[in-house]
Amino acid sequence: MRVHQVEVLVVGGGAAGMAAAASAACYGARTLLVEQGPRLGGVLDQCIHPGFGLHRYREELTGPEFAHRLEGELQGIELWTGCTLLSLDPTCPRARAVGEDGVVEVHAQAVVWATGARERPWGALRIPGPRPSGIFPAGLAQRMVNIHGLLPGRRALILGSGDIGLVMARRLHLEGVEVVAVAEVRPFPGGLLRNVVQCLHDFEIPLWLGSTVVEVHGRQRLEGVTVAAMDEEGRPLPGTGRFVPVDTLILSVGLLPEVEGIPFAPRNPTTGGLAVSSRLQTAVPWLFGAGNCLAAFDLVDTVAALGGQAGTEAARFAQRELSTVKTTPVRTGRNVAAIIPSFLVPGEPVTLYLRASLPLAEARVDVGSGIVRRAVRAVRPAEMVTVALSGEESAALACREEAVVEVIPLR
Amino acid sequence: MRVAVIGGGVVGTLVARELSRYEGEVLLFEREPDVGWGVTKANSAIVHAGFHERLGTLCARFCVEGNALFPEVCRELEVPFQDIGGFVLALADGEKTVVEALHAQGVEIGVPGLVLLAQDEVRAQVPHVNPDVVAALWAPTVGITEPWGLAVAAAENACANGASLHVGEEVKGIAVAKGQVRAVTTDCTTYKVDAVVNAAGLYADRIAALVGVSTPRLIPRRGEYLLLVDVPSELRTAVLFPIPTPHSKGILVVPTVDGALLLGPTAANLSPEGKGATETTARGLVRILAGARRLVPELPVGKAVKAFAGLRPEPEDGDFWLGDTSVRRFYQAAGMRSPGLTAAPAVARWLAEEIAADLSLAPRPSFDPVRPALPHAANLPLEKWEKLIAADRRFGRVVCRCNQVTEGEIVAAVARGARTLDGVKFRTRAGFGRCQGGFCTDAILAILARELETGPENIGIRGPASALIVGRVR
Repeated sequence: MRVHQVEVLVVGGGAAGMAAAASAACYGARTLLVEQGPRLGGVLDQCIHPGFGLHRYREELTGPEFAHRLEGELQGIELWTGCTLLSLDPTCPRARAVGEDGVVEVHAQAVVWATGARERPWGALRIPGPRPSGIFPAGLAQRMVNIHGLLPGRRALILGSGDIGLVMARRLHLEGVEVVAVAEVRPFPGGLLRNVVQCLHDFEIPLWLGSTVVEVHGRQRLEGVTVAAMDEEGRPLPGTGRFVPVDTLILSVGLLPEVEGIPFAPRNPTTGGLAVSSRLQTAVPWLFGAGNCLAAFDLVDTVAALGGQAGTEAARFAQRELSTVKTTPVRTGRNVAAIIPSFLVPGEPVTLYLRASLPLAEARVDVGSGIVRRAVRAVRPAEMVTVALSGEESAALACREEAVVEVIPLR
Repeated sequence: MRVAVIGGGVVGTLVARELSRYEGEVLLFEREPDVGWGVTKANSAIVHAGFHERLGTLCARFCVEGNALFPEVCRELEVPFQDIGGFVLALADGEKTVVEALHAQGVEIGVPGLVLLAQDEVRAQVPHVNPDVVAALWAPTVGITEPWGLAVAAAENACANGASLHVGEEVKGIAVAKGQVRAVTTDCTTYKVDAVVNAAGLYADRIAALVGVSTPRLIPRRGEYLLLVDVPSELRTAVLFPIPTPHSKGILVVPTVDGALLLGPTAANLSPEGKGATETTARGLVRILAGARRLVPELPVGKAVKAFAGLRPEPEDGDFWLGDTSVRRFYQAAGMRSPGLTAAPAVARWLAEEIAADLSLAPRPSFDPVRPALPHAANLPLEKWEKLIAADRRFGRVVCRCNQVTEGEIVAAVARGARTLDGVKFRTRAGFGRCQGGFCTDAILAILARELETGPENIGIRGPASALIVGRVR
């Protein structure tokens, strides 16, 4: 088995990994990027719709265009595509990877984990019925259509109004599939408002709020689904079930951070992803995390920005420039469902990313019982709230045992 | 001499393999496109110790014998088998007597190693179980295996020893003359045969009726399951049983050989027309969780990735139907209720000996009991994996990231007979992991289409009727 020495190993060649590798190399670290697929880009490759890059590049790009830009920033790194990470040693930054040239052991000084997220599978929903073909996670359907040019069905229902579901409703409609509706179990949409408008309203695709699929039908191919309205506790209302004949059910029911490859790294209990500090460092000092393996972010621009930071921090760690500091734990309080990061480094600026539990017209974000206060408008669970803290503010929060983050309604 | 075996489940394939130890020709018929897709595909995958069975039944005799044979058969066929043992938990004082009765019954029928455990002993050995536990029966010979893998392996081994496998071919008629079977007619053609073995699982009563052999009714009993992946290893140390119900072994917590955790089964008797009804139900899924949580209160239910159901044949008379019948040379290995999987190797060996004696078949000198498994690259020593890659680069391309399955393995599975996504999944475990194929289904579809030289619209989960796609985008 070959042994390969680098300073920073980046795992995953999507937006976060590419940005991490670019910035680690820019900082002067000898950097290796491993990507399982045959080319870089990750999920961007299949996102042929526009809407990417408004923050990072100040223009509207498609997914492949965004990936191409990022790829252009990769100067002076080693790149192994078609290479799968098999294991990472919990005790030191040594990894084993396999590709067409065999198995390689990589010895690094620091590792950036940027493996993205997977889609929650159908079986996790525990919706009764037989197991016909025609039920697709939205991302898989997107890959079928946009990468392989294959059509998954003729008449579809989208379950879940996450962004991929909304985008796929439009995509399938444009390919001549009859999209009956998007059903969302909650009383509000799960995706960005702009996607509700641009993907559903503009094409007159109905959005059924407060309803879900309670049973599927069809032994071989899907023949239809039973859709029922939900009560306030999210249980199906008896007597509201109706049969909707479709041959395709597209699922947009949540993304799960893909972190099973490193079971030794502590998780963020509010996201299921890696728990990281404001330096994007995990409790394993040489291991950093970036992108959707921390939490499912709304925008690829955010993912790339986090990747860029993680790459720099990892390079600093590899070059022994990152000191060990006492951090302040971050906790969720009222009306906060998810928060990133999990720890603050006092004195260093940080952007908090939080997801509210409920929609609020006007609200205030409160960190550390009043140490930091920010007014925010129109809080929606579908859209992450960002709160930029200065170095002084993160230093001030160090006087608390933990920094509790709350979203407080203003009226 | 020619013997037809009807049914390519774990019983039929093992019977075919045991018959291939003898001279003569073996034809194995399976109406599905692949072996192991009936009862074999969706059961608890447990190799039972036998203590659930009553003395004097065929179930008891062949369960104990089959349990003893399992390690050897799985070694020869290179099928996963782990003798992890099992506990029957008594969760109330009233249940203690039941556990003691199971112990006595097990000892009586010859189950080795049974031990009654007091409360503190159970808690020490399986600290994750319900703290209300008052006692338990420990059965060290309880094991876990991969039933569909066993069926595939037995069929491959039978074929390597001269048998022929006819998948996608349904037996429609059996000719009987002068009280003896003469020929088998399928939806393709007619084969002259000297003997027939009925191993048709859920449909064994229909096959028996074709020759006029009357049987008790076979009741389809639906069992629903929930599969959890990436569970803590302390939950996977042994099989956990509740005390049995009057009808079944109850809802269990079962580690699987590939690192997952299976909860179930329910037990719902269906009408005889319900033999295809493998859907899950809202009520069943609630029952599974309630039953499993009774054994292990802190179950990581959020790790559920798949709900499924299987049907098992429940013979009305409560015991296996084995051996010769009123029609000469029409044999049965049927009515294989639980513990049918465990009993299968012993039933197959015994039945093949009976048939060989009746037909005066001589042993086949060239019989080779070993079936080399598909290589699972990620489980091989590194040098062996590197050798595979050096010979074929596709063993370096990981397609299923959850279970680290390479393209080389998928291509090999197709070469060994996989024609569908399920065929690939059950042979390689690609698509069996936490993403349930979300990442790799399109890649596997493309490999299948390429290897089978057909369009992707012709490839389905279980055949063309369950195709994934309907065509190309415009």
